[in-house]
Amino acid sequence: MAMTASEIEKLIKSAFPDAQITIEDLAGDNDHFAATVVTEAFRGVSRVRQHQLVYAALQGRMGGELHALALQTAAPE
Amino acid sequence: MTNPIFADIQASIDSSPVLLFMKGTPMFPQCGFSARVVQILKHVGVPFKTVNVLEDAEVREGIKAFSNWPTIPQLYIKGEFIGGCDIITEMYQAGELQTLLSDKGISQDSAA
Repeated sequence: MAMTASEIEKLIKSAFPDAQITIEDLAGDNDHFAATVVTEAFRGVSRVRQHQLVYAALQGRMGGELHALALQTAAPE
Repeated sequence: MTNPIFADIQASIDSSPVLLFMKGTPMFPQCGFSARVVQILKHVGVPFKTVNVLEDAEVREGIKAFSNWPTIPQLYIKGEFIGGCDIITEMYQAGELQTLLSDKGISQDSAA
């Protein structure tokens, strides 16, 4: 079972309403995505913790129905 | 309740200053993300040990809870969880991984 880019975006957006999110479907197979998430919530937060927050927003789907999501996270410049 | 496999995982982490949980082995990685981190560690020229999570289903599931991290590979340096493939790649490209290793007193082969 795969996820669409818009489902991923919706889940991330609900956890970080201010986030700027770009999602790329790398292989066109709804299975390998790359996401960039930029939100104030990440300011002063370690990179590991930033990714953990995004994984938490995905509610356990990462590593399950969502096989591959390359993540880049940052606070706004 | 503590998962009994956590003690084994901690023992693995304590067994080497640089420890990578991966799918497959450095010689025969079974996943592109694991392969990439192996390449980076080799390029940095740091000695490392690996645990092949595909050999043990309990470790494979346990490490995700242990690190609060849903995917493999996972890199530990001196007992500290550093990150997965994306973070290691970003740190390597920014030179941060090399700095971190130096700060932790882990020598790197400058020829690499």
